[in-house]
This record gives sequence, structure tokens and C-alpha cells, in this order.
Amino acid sequence: MDQLDMHTNASMRKRLRADKRFKLYGLAAISFALAFLVFFFVDIIGKGAPAFQQAEIQVTVHYSEAAINNYNKAVDKEYKHLVSKAWLRLVPNQIAGKPELLGQDYEEWVLAENSVDQYLKGHEGHRLKEKNQRLVDQMKTDGKVRLVFNSGFFNSGDSKLPENAGILAAAIGSVMVLLLTMLFAVPVGVMTAIYLEEFAPDNRLTQVIEVNINNLAAIPSILYGLLGLAIFINVMGAPRSSALVGGLTLALMTLPVIIIATRAALRSVPEPIREAAYGLGASSLQVVWHHVLPLAMPGILTGSIIGLAQAMGETAPLLIVGMMAYIPDAPGSIFEATTVLPAQIYTWSSESVRAFEERTAAGIMVLLTVLLTMNAIAVKFRNRSENTW
Amino acid sequence: MLYSDLFFWLFGGLIPLAITAFMVARSKALSTEQDGARLHSRTGYYGWYAVIWLATPAVVSGLVFSITHMLGLFTVPAPMLLATMFTLGCAGLVYSLGHIKVEFRAREKVETFARAMFILAASISILTTLGIVLSVVFESVAFFRVISFWDFITGTKWEPDTAFLIGAGRDTAGMTPPAFGSVPIFAGTFMITGIAMLVAVPIGLFSAIYMSEYASHTARGRLKPMLEILAGIPTVVYGFFAAITISPLIVKAATLFGLEADYTNALAPGLIMGIMIIPFMSSLSDDVINAVPQALRDGSLALGTTKSETIRHIVLPAAFPGIVSAFLLAISRAIGETMIVVMAAGLRPNLTANPLEGVTTVTVKIVEALTGDQEFDSAFTQSAFALGFVLLFITLILNIVSTIVVRKFKQRYE
Repeated sequence: MDQLDMHTNASMRKRLRADKRFKLYGLAAISFALAFLVFFFVDIIGKGAPAFQQAEIQVTVHYSEAAINNYNKAVDKEYKHLVSKAWLRLVPNQIAGKPELLGQDYEEWVLAENSVDQYLKGHEGHRLKEKNQRLVDQMKTDGKVRLVFNSGFFNSGDSKLPENAGILAAAIGSVMVLLLTMLFAVPVGVMTAIYLEEFAPDNRLTQVIEVNINNLAAIPSILYGLLGLAIFINVMGAPRSSALVGGLTLALMTLPVIIIATRAALRSVPEPIREAAYGLGASSLQVVWHHVLPLAMPGILTGSIIGLAQAMGETAPLLIVGMMAYIPDAPGSIFEATTVLPAQIYTWSSESVRAFEERTAAGIMVLLTVLLTMNAIAVKFRNRSENTW
Repeated sequence: MLYSDLFFWLFGGLIPLAITAFMVARSKALSTEQDGARLHSRTGYYGWYAVIWLATPAVVSGLVFSITHMLGLFTVPAPMLLATMFTLGCAGLVYSLGHIKVEFRAREKVETFARAMFILAASISILTTLGIVLSVVFESVAFFRVISFWDFITGTKWEPDTAFLIGAGRDTAGMTPPAFGSVPIFAGTFMITGIAMLVAVPIGLFSAIYMSEYASHTARGRLKPMLEILAGIPTVVYGFFAAITISPLIVKAATLFGLEADYTNALAPGLIMGIMIIPFMSSLSDDVINAVPQALRDGSLALGTTKSETIRHIVLPAAFPGIVSAFLLAISRAIGETMIVVMAAGLRPNLTANPLEGVTTVTVKIVEALTGDQEFDSAFTQSAFALGFVLLFITLILNIVSTIVVRKFKQRYE
């Protein structure tokens, strides 16, 4: 008897241990995912945060005749390699704009070269020459070097010089593309969902459309790029790299997301509401327009925001339609060559200069902030809309 | 007049005109009612009716002109186009205003139109599929006319460099012909997909089990959005992270074990892709685990099994079809994923089983072929569409199979 007890106890203990282990596996899986998330954010912020500061140095600027012809002469020779070319090349223009500057010398804070910037931030691979390092150290003790908030990152476009490269053009491009996507995908998606959910007869065609939408949702985004290239650009002759092509391509990609979310939202509106409206003599369109749609609105908004956030972070189809060109200025219209934030991040990440890595991470921080905010808003909407009927 | 101006006039002009049409028609309807008669529909419907008659002829004529322009039949100067559209729109408006009478059923007309628009919208999704299939098939057919399909599927050498020269009309006699054997490319794709699945499936599945079976309601409410953040991170960001942070780490770790790893190794994009797919896998599995009826669990627990035994022997087998379908969808995600591999995997097709070596994938080759400055008609750019064709085929098969599996599963418990 005792022996049997001991035996069952032993096997029971074993089973309980297995039970605990199993729960631990689950906990470990979640912890791994969350630990990765923390590691990821720490890494990106650690890489990107320094980019929000930019080195400036104080030098004497000579607004001389010589500087008009050769802007390198605007500063003393030894500082030539410390001052950013992006600033220097503007000197002749400045003199042309304000002739009274000519012949004057000013002590000014000017944008530093990226190697100086990287050296000051203590990054390896700054590529600042030994001689110039000593000079910068000297200037530092004289208080002629400072790190200031990098406003240029937000109010200038792309540049081949890292210290001058900013996200403005890409941000404007992103807004344009996203607006186009929204104007096309949201109405068409909502209308499709209304048709399928409220009007469509249950026949072959409707089934084909439904299966088709589920398939579209699973098609890799890059294939939408092939569609954009072959149909919009090669057949319809829309300008390559333009916001128009990018926006339409992304709209087609977002469409299934919006349709599926809208259908779910419409389905969650209880049937008695429709029946009550019909009972009062409303037509089918009036039922949808006056009763079902307003009640489904929070769900539709959630789905649309999530779909648009996805579109905003998407890069692959845009590379295929050519939106990875070097675009220093914000586009003037939807027909001009445009770049978007993710594409800008991609082009910067393939630059070899170390200073670009910092900018890439900073660009990622901006993009993630926008996207996570959009998703948070969507989740808020969803939580608020979880009506219990 | 520029393209952009045209666009501006079109939309800038149509909206105020439509508002005017609405106001005019409604006030006409209102004044009819003031005479004591009651119209069939509410006055707003007469307004909408006028808007439809204004906008439809204008937009349709604009579309017709753009199609003829695109097909190269004839091109109308922009001012003339605008004038035509304006005239047709106004004619439509005048025609519709004449209809505003007591017995006219404006609401029915407007509703018929709205229904037609709904159908039109629904057909766009069909057109999209058609567009994808056609664009991929057309170029692939052109490609397979030059390169045999068999060589493409079974060849182990991908050396398309000379195709570019032939495309430019500079083929010389002694040149080696281009080789488009896609086996190493697909091998690379499947290797990275496999690594991704090794990460995503256990972690995703166990997260789902923990969240649906063990975690309290509040913990679940907090954990789920956190996992979903992983799904909200753009792939270009994952690509940067894989290339800049993970790859060097793997190279360092490999040297520590005395192994040699490329900076473009398959492991870094595979791992990161797996992490990207975790929330996808976990939320799909979560759904199917929750769909398993509680009675099954209760019955099992009542027989004296432990919780983990119930999960392993009752819940998971019941949810198995759903988990398989989630697995298939996750695979199709991983195969089609582009930015992570473009940024972190290699460019050189490499037939190897070593994940520390650089391999390339289908999507990398598509991007490579289409982002250069090559002539569009060369076999090199067309190869991208052929690869896209295979990609589309695989994705559709995976999706269809997973739909069938899910349908079977649903039937069992409904």
C-alpha cells in the first residue's frame, strides 16, 4: 500500500513538474519577445538620439571678393575642413543677397563638418584627421565648439553631406502619398465592404469577390510594386517615382485591410437596429447610411488607421515604382519625383559614411513615433467602440 | 497648361460646382413644395440627383479622354478637355433640373446610382488581382520566350549579367550566355524562411498558449498590445536593425566559436523576420485556441489531468487545423518579405546549407532587377517578373490551402 502511494506520488510529482515547466515555456516565450522589444528600442534610440544634436563651430567668416569666386576662402585655411561645405557654398549667395556684407569679417557660429560632429560625439570611425583633432580639441577648450539642437534635421531635405541631410522632403512626400492613399483606399474600401455586407446577393460573383479579397490580403507587398510598375507606369504612363503612382500602389495594397476591418465593424452592428429602421419605412440605403454606418464608424476608423499606418511604413512596393531617388527638395506636386520616410531611411542606410547611420536611426525614431502614435489612436478607438449590445 | 494644373482644375472645379448644383436643385425642389404639393422624395435627394447628373458626364468624358490619350489614339489640349467636361456637366445639370416634379422619384434614382457605385468599388478589388496577375504573367511570358522554363526552374546558376548587354544590343560572339537558374535563389529564400519559422512558431505558439490559458484578463490586456508593437514596426526598420546590429553580433559570436560568418549571413535576416512574424503567429493561434469550446477543457480537467496535459492533449489537437493554417500564412509572409532581406541578406545567389554564409532571396533579386537603370525590355528586368510569378503562385497556394484547413476547423465546432 505504502509502495503504491509512493509510486503515485512520484508520478504525480513528475506530472506537476511537467505542468510547471509547460507554463514556464509560455512565460519564456513572452519574455523573449518583450526582451527583444526592449533591446530593439534601446539600440535604436542609442544610435539615433545623438543625431538630434549637431556640432557647430565658431569661426571668423570673411565676406570677401575671394569668397565669391571660391567659397572655401570665406574661412581661414586651417578651418576649411572643419566647416561644412553645405554652409560654405551658401556664402556667395549670402553676399549676393546682401551686398553690404562684402568686405566685412564676422565671428559666427557655423555648421561643422560631419567628421567634427562625429569626433565630438565620441563615435568611432569619425574620419577626422589627427591634425584637425588637435585643432578641434583646442577650440573646445576655447569654447568655440558647441552641440546644439539639430533643427536642420527637421527643416531640410536629403543631402549628400550627412551634416546637412534632413527628413523634410521625405516627410512631405510621406504626407502626400498617405493623403492619396487615404482618399482612394478609404472610400473604395468602405463602399466595397458595405456592398458585400449589406447589399450583395449570395451568388457566385459575391463569393469570388470575397475569396479574392482574402487572397489580396495575403499577397506580398512587393507584388503590388510590380503591378504599379507594369500597369500604372508602363501602361498608363504615369510619371515614375511620383507620389501619384506611390499613393495608388499603396492604396491598392491597403484596400483589403480596410475592407476586412469595415466588414467586421458592419457585422458587429446588431440586426434589430436594421429591422427597426426598416420597420419605420427606411429604404435599404437609408438604413445603412443613417443607422448602420454611424454605429460601425469607430471600427471603420480603427481599421483605416491601422491600414494607413501599414501603408506609411511600407517600402518594398515603393522601391519598385522608383521612389528611392535622391530627392533634396520637397516635391511641388503629386507628379514630381518624391521620396517617403521609409525610402529615405533605406537610402541613408546604404550610405557608407558613419554619420549617416546616426541619421538613419534618427529617421527611424521619427517614423516609429508617428506609426506607434497612429496605432495607439487606433487601439483607443477600438477600446472605446467595444460596445456590448 | 501642366498636368498638375489640370488635376487641380478638375478637383478644384468639380467640388464647388457640385455644391452649387446641390443647392440649386434643392432650392428648386423646396420652391415646388412651397406651392402646396408634396414631392415624392425629400428635397435633399433632388439635390443629390442633380450632383450625379453634373459629375457623371464630366468625369466620364474626362476618363474617356485620358484613356484615348494613354492608348495614343488622340490627345486633346488641356483647356479643351476642361471646357468639354464643363459643358457636358452643365448640360447634365440642366437636364436633371427639368426633372424636378412632384411625381419624380428622385430617391430611387439616387439609391440605384449609389448601389451601382458600390458594385463599382467592389469590382476594383477584382481588377487589382487581375492587374497583378496580368502584369506578372505578361512579362514572364516574354521572359520564358527567351529562357526556357525548365532551365529557370532547375538551373543552379544565376548569372544574368550578360542579358543586360544583349538587351542593349551589344552582344558579342564569344560571350557566355546569361544563366537564369533560380534554384539557388529559392534555396536561399527557403533557408531564411525556415530560420524565421524556427523562431516564430515556438515563440508565437507558446505566447498564444500562455496568453489564452494562463494569463489573467488584465495581464492579457497589457501583453497583447505590447506584442502587437512588433507587428507595427516597419520592415525597413527591421532591415536596418538586422544589418547594423544583429549581423555584426552574429559574426562576433561565430568567431567566438571559431566559425566564420559573412556579414550578409542568412541567420540575421532569418532571426529578425521570425521576430517580426511572432505577433502574426501568436494572434492567429490565440484566436483558434480561444475558439476551442470550454466544455472540452472542463471535461478533461474533471478527469484529473493537469492543466498542461489538458492543453497538450485536448486543446492543441483540437486547435491543430487552425494552427496549421496560421503556420502556412506565416510562411507566405516570410517568403514575400522584402526589406529585411534586401538590407541584411546577400546579393550573390549561393547554394549552401550553412546559415552563416550569405544567401540571396527571390524578393532581393526582384528589387535588384527593377531598381537599376537597365533597359526595361532586357531579360534581366523581365526575370524579376518571372520570379514574381513564382512568388505569387506559392503565396496563393499557401493561402488557399490555409483557407480550406480553417474552413474544416470551423465546421467541426459550429
